[in-house]
Amino acid sequence: MSFSRETDHGTPAAIATGKSVTLTIDGQSVTLPEGTSIMRAASLSGGSIPKLCATDSVESFGSCRLCLVEVEGRNGYPASCTTPIADGMVVRTQTERLKKLRRGVMELYISDHPLDCLTCGANGDCELQDQAGAVGLRDVRYGYDGATNMGQAKDQSNPYFDFDPSKCIVCSRCVRACDEVQGTFALTIEGMGFDSKVSASQGEGFLGSECVSCGACVQACPTASLIEKKVVEVGTPDRAVVTTCAYCGVGCTFRAEMRGEELVRMVPWKDGKANRGHSCVKGRFAWGYAQHQDRILNPMIRASVDQPWREVSWDEAIAHTASEFRRIQAKYGTRSIGGITSSRCTNEETFLVQKLIRQGFGNNNVDTCARVCHSPTGYGLSQTFGTSAGTQDFDSVMQADVILVIGANPTDGHPVFASRMKRRLRQGAKLIVMDPRRTDLVKSPHVEAEHHLPLRPGTNVAMLTAMAHVIVTEKLYDEAFIRERCDWDEFADWAEFVSQPARSPEAIEPLTGVKADEVRAAARLYATGGNGAIYYGLGVTEHSQGSSTVMAIANLAMATGNVGREGVGVNPLRGQNNVQGACDMGSFPHEFSGYRHVSDDATRQLFEAAWGVALDAEPGLRIPNMLDAATDGTFKGLFVQGEDILQSDPNTHHVAAGLAAMECVVVQDLFLNETANYAHVFLPGSTFLEKDGTFTNAERRIQRVRKVMAPLNGHADWEIVQLVANAMGLGWTYDHPAQIMDEIAALTPTFAGVHYDRLEAEGSLQWPANDAAPDGTPTMHIDGFVRGKGKFVVTDYVPTDEKTGPRFPLLLTTGRILSHYNVGAQTRRTANTAWHPEDRLEMHPSDAENRGLNDGDWVTLRSRAGETTLRALVTERVAPGVVYTTFHHPETQANVITTDYSDWATNCPEYKVTAVQVMASNGPSDWQQGYAEQARNSRRIAPLEAAE
Amino acid sequence: MKVFVSRDMASVALGANDVARAFAEAGCDVVRTGSRGLFSIEPLVEVETKEGRIAFGPVGPGDVAAVLDGSHANRLGRIEHLLFFAGQQRFTFGRCGVIDPLSLDDYAAHGGWQGLGTARVMTPQQVVDAVKASGLRGRGGAGFPTGIKWQTVLDAPAGAKFIVCNADEGDSGTFADRMLMEGDPYCLIEGMAIAAHAVGAGHGHIYIRSEYPYCIATMRAAIQASAHLVAPFVLEVREGAGAYVCGEETALLDSIEGKRGQVRAKPPLPALQGLFGQPTVINNVLSLAAVPFIMVEGAEAYAAVGFGRSRGTMPVQLAGNVRHGGLYEIGFGITLGELVNEIGGGTASGRPVRAVQVGGPLGAYFPPSMFHLPFDYEAFAAAGGLIGHAGITVFDESVDMAHMARFAMEFCAAESCGKCTPCRIGSTRGVEIMDRIIGARDASVSVRPEPVEGLSSLADKGKASTGSVGTGEGYLNRALYSRSPDRIDVSIAAQTGLLRDLADTMKYGSLCALGGFTPYPVLSALDYFPEDFGAPAPIKEAAE
Repeated sequence: MSFSRETDHGTPAAIATGKSVTLTIDGQSVTLPEGTSIMRAASLSGGSIPKLCATDSVESFGSCRLCLVEVEGRNGYPASCTTPIADGMVVRTQTERLKKLRRGVMELYISDHPLDCLTCGANGDCELQDQAGAVGLRDVRYGYDGATNMGQAKDQSNPYFDFDPSKCIVCSRCVRACDEVQGTFALTIEGMGFDSKVSASQGEGFLGSECVSCGACVQACPTASLIEKKVVEVGTPDRAVVTTCAYCGVGCTFRAEMRGEELVRMVPWKDGKANRGHSCVKGRFAWGYAQHQDRILNPMIRASVDQPWREVSWDEAIAHTASEFRRIQAKYGTRSIGGITSSRCTNEETFLVQKLIRQGFGNNNVDTCARVCHSPTGYGLSQTFGTSAGTQDFDSVMQADVILVIGANPTDGHPVFASRMKRRLRQGAKLIVMDPRRTDLVKSPHVEAEHHLPLRPGTNVAMLTAMAHVIVTEKLYDEAFIRERCDWDEFADWAEFVSQPARSPEAIEPLTGVKADEVRAAARLYATGGNGAIYYGLGVTEHSQGSSTVMAIANLAMATGNVGREGVGVNPLRGQNNVQGACDMGSFPHEFSGYRHVSDDATRQLFEAAWGVALDAEPGLRIPNMLDAATDGTFKGLFVQGEDILQSDPNTHHVAAGLAAMECVVVQDLFLNETANYAHVFLPGSTFLEKDGTFTNAERRIQRVRKVMAPLNGHADWEIVQLVANAMGLGWTYDHPAQIMDEIAALTPTFAGVHYDRLEAEGSLQWPANDAAPDGTPTMHIDGFVRGKGKFVVTDYVPTDEKTGPRFPLLLTTGRILSHYNVGAQTRRTANTAWHPEDRLEMHPSDAENRGLNDGDWVTLRSRAGETTLRALVTERVAPGVVYTTFHHPETQANVITTDYSDWATNCPEYKVTAVQVMASNGPSDWQQGYAEQARNSRRIAPLEAAE
Repeated sequence: MKVFVSRDMASVALGANDVARAFAEAGCDVVRTGSRGLFSIEPLVEVETKEGRIAFGPVGPGDVAAVLDGSHANRLGRIEHLLFFAGQQRFTFGRCGVIDPLSLDDYAAHGGWQGLGTARVMTPQQVVDAVKASGLRGRGGAGFPTGIKWQTVLDAPAGAKFIVCNADEGDSGTFADRMLMEGDPYCLIEGMAIAAHAVGAGHGHIYIRSEYPYCIATMRAAIQASAHLVAPFVLEVREGAGAYVCGEETALLDSIEGKRGQVRAKPPLPALQGLFGQPTVINNVLSLAAVPFIMVEGAEAYAAVGFGRSRGTMPVQLAGNVRHGGLYEIGFGITLGELVNEIGGGTASGRPVRAVQVGGPLGAYFPPSMFHLPFDYEAFAAAGGLIGHAGITVFDESVDMAHMARFAMEFCAAESCGKCTPCRIGSTRGVEIMDRIIGARDASVSVRPEPVEGLSSLADKGKASTGSVGTGEGYLNRALYSRSPDRIDVSIAAQTGLLRDLADTMKYGSLCALGGFTPYPVLSALDYFPEDFGAPAPIKEAAE
């Protein structure tokens, strides 16, 4: 794929009405949907009308006046961007009169534009330059001695892009992109007339403004006024490769625009069905970690974790790994080793890791990070609906009338989807937010939740059951849907349960702290407001009753008939780029790919036939069980690909103890992460830019990851797994990930139709994609639930054992922030730290005042599991009694505080509820100091010996 | 004794409050009315007598006794008999200056609410048909048939519709909207209520410029007092924030919505997607205030007066250097010359009239040779001008028409919303061209343009950042392709040609009438008064 700009039709596609009109443009007859602009019609029929203020990501604006056309029978020269086509219309786009007008307009533009084109960052990629050529401007008779807007200072505050007001043509594309595409409303035009200028917030610099650095403005800018610093530094790209972002579960597709092997910029791909041409600060800009100096490029081994690392050849590292695993198994038994697959690696890589374990290790000791995030989703949705995944595609939200967001903060965690949701909310959909914190969705420009239910952490089940109580007792349920789609007797049992007075909003008000009236109103709105769509996050799953909460959500959706069509559904917002895929690929100790139990003989035989070995029919160990077994002395070796369990898993002390008890820990990662402190072998990993494969996003969409540069470490991750497998005697012969996908398709019914050639042709596929659904499945459960009848499950509220008391009077809940991703291994190694250099503890002013704390003070945060120190952020975003922090920085180690309580069904940790105390502090805790010392020591690398 | 003194802002500016107080202190029962509309006789006092109201004016606070005993030298007799009033056809302003503006009794006693009563027993379609039949056209300046606009809104399916009254009367030399709202506010309210009935609107907004504080107070009081009479229709006043462009209907809608006042592209028409995206009737004060008359007297009575396709009456406002400034409501068709010379009495300075500008700051300048023009939308358009809001500003022979052309560009530069390029950049370039022409005319040498007023801060910034004298010059010296100013042909002929090209770009390229009509005053000045532009060129036909 060579570099060319994506076609810009100038205005968005018309809203489909089913009607089409026929007109004549420059003598050519054209038939297009009603509502299409003349500009778009001309573009779609192969023409191009000059334009500057129009771009098809935002609504037409009509300000530049370059796109004027002549329409027979109409006075004047209508702007083609704002004029819809009509039947029988005769349009001329190029006449002597139009040429003169356009040149006149362009002459004015250029009279206020610096003509430093040859040294300009946008040289060769500038619409003003192109259009000046297109209209044939040859002279600027106004001269350059008049008033100008040139010579203004650049705003270079944003770490990724510059704003040069001197090059601004005031087309407002940036302002409109910020409003319409991103929905942040950070930009405006300040001043009037000739003094009009783009301004971030109220005349602030971009960094200090409300700008979230999503890049939509930069993408929209037709000149060099808003331009990526990297383009200024490197120059224009010479080729582009479409690939998929390796951050969150939204799965945005980007054009990686390259010059040679150098990545110049990532530009969201307009045809990407997950992101529809939008991006966030992480995917758009925060990819510099791929070339960060901290990246480890050579394999390393050491005999014990108190020694410095020794760089070795790939051959030595692989041979050492294989021999250590075989040695341990010989000494401690087949089940004494296991592995963890990565939700950041590709489907193919994940599949290979679990294959390595099942086929090569001969056990089922495989688990993945979904254990600590969405394992309750898998359990809860498969119990109730029959599939372990969300029911909708992202486009579905544009049909929703009522959106219920539970325990999710999409504007930070899933920003690109949040922008879609906000667009729908601005169109008039109603919003209910169930969250202890006042997240941005609760109230931000042009978005306001109809109901915010700020419940106490840990009371989700009580709250959702109370909503069900209202829906059932007020007879707001959809009886026809339930009778047709679900088991009526099960519904009746459930209805009887939720109808009990003890489940009423009034009865649970003391538990949740939310006014009963508000709960009733929210329940009525969800049940009766039209299409009701539920989106939820880790605030649902990471609880001792995480699985119950997921099932309570499914109950609500079934009771109100909100499943099985566009605009409704139950949608987990998945955290990592490929956590859906990792789960799909058989990363759990009890399941093969496609969620089939290892004890199922037919499935196992299928894999045994394909892999030529007998497979273990017993489920293996989950991550916490592996760590328990390690401290018990029965689990001795671990292969960890692309995950940092020491930082991300709860109760850091326990994780450290488990790792320390092992004889061989192999870490495959980009960086010496925290887990690597306890590793004996380090295998350098490759970035998403350096390999081929696929990721599966939160809407079950399988999308291609494409290699744009050679792996700096020498091998793609799937190749490394193959090296280990072959060193263990497995004899794999994959030449390309496409062959791995073919094997996945052959062994996994839901993936039967997924092959690279189809992904190339169609861009993406949503599983199930097989003979029953040849084009994939955007919406699940359309004609009936996958499991047959939808199952109502009684969800009794059982309070967590983690309770506040005199010693620990506050409840800590954790989460993340827009600029950082997960444990921060990637984003901390980018300029995103400009927005969030450290984790802070949010606390309510009244709690702060009680403790004599001010904003910015160092505080000790202590639970029964441990303590850490960090700085306070006093804010009313959290309710009194609740404190909140993020877990992006290892210096803070928020998970020192979290406990080992977990979901009853899946062991998903209860990150979201920890009883804590907060007090003033003088500095880092003993543990932090000790840890910092240990981390320094364990990252030592011995100097290389002279080559032989 | 009952006397009538105007409370109109213009009358107050001339001392009416002091006069009223003096009569009150003398024991008179003083009724504060709107203005009769002739400012050369303000402050005006009318004394109630058996023969009717006898007028005295101008009157000072010391003249109470003389007025009350009838001996005052400025005794005018019955207002209606004065030449200025005798010829008028006060369809819209009939009550203005007669009644106490806020008295519901007065309003009802003078025929108020009859139009609304009539409308409410008609179907919406019948009301719209009547307005169509009256031939009423938008009095804000565009002259679009009001009934057709209402029909579009009536036919638009929607949950909510709005009536918006454009009272952002910003044209220089105009005051009819203000006079009506201060002198007969219920008339506007009644017109809006009729419109609401006709199209099915529940809510109305009156957008009044902030420079009209009396008007805002009067309208607010009137809305409150009459709320029960127009219910369920609800009205509110929105105060402008000082931008001329907010008189453009779509910018006005954005302003009401709380946004920056910026012109919207059309389509969509406000009639289909107007205020908050809902179907909206947006009409000028005078259009809406004409409707009660049409309802009471019938569409035929209204359409019976007028000229060509311009039916009914127009409240013409005479201002500037004119002897009898004021409001003159008359059927279309009266000539420009009659208005200026006979009604207005020529210039106040007594010198010969050299030019009149019709239609506000965006209207064309006409010399006396064009005084035969009948007051009519089409006739003015054909002559390269416009009626606009019917403001006429008179200039005597001392006027420098090149400066007036420069002022038109400067006005556009100062008031441009900045959205479209021809207006945003073109107006500033227009000022610069005019400076070159005037400079060349005055000194026969090229001059550097002065910074446009209001843009000086920008120029200063340019200096500060580059350390050079000319705006942005230092920047250009560093740029690769800077072109020195001396390569530009600054001759009057070249600059005049450039001015015509710029006018063409602005007229046909601008998004709204601000940029689009600025060429009218510029080109009319150039065409009718070429000698002021340093070149004795023959008078040509005005631009099309």
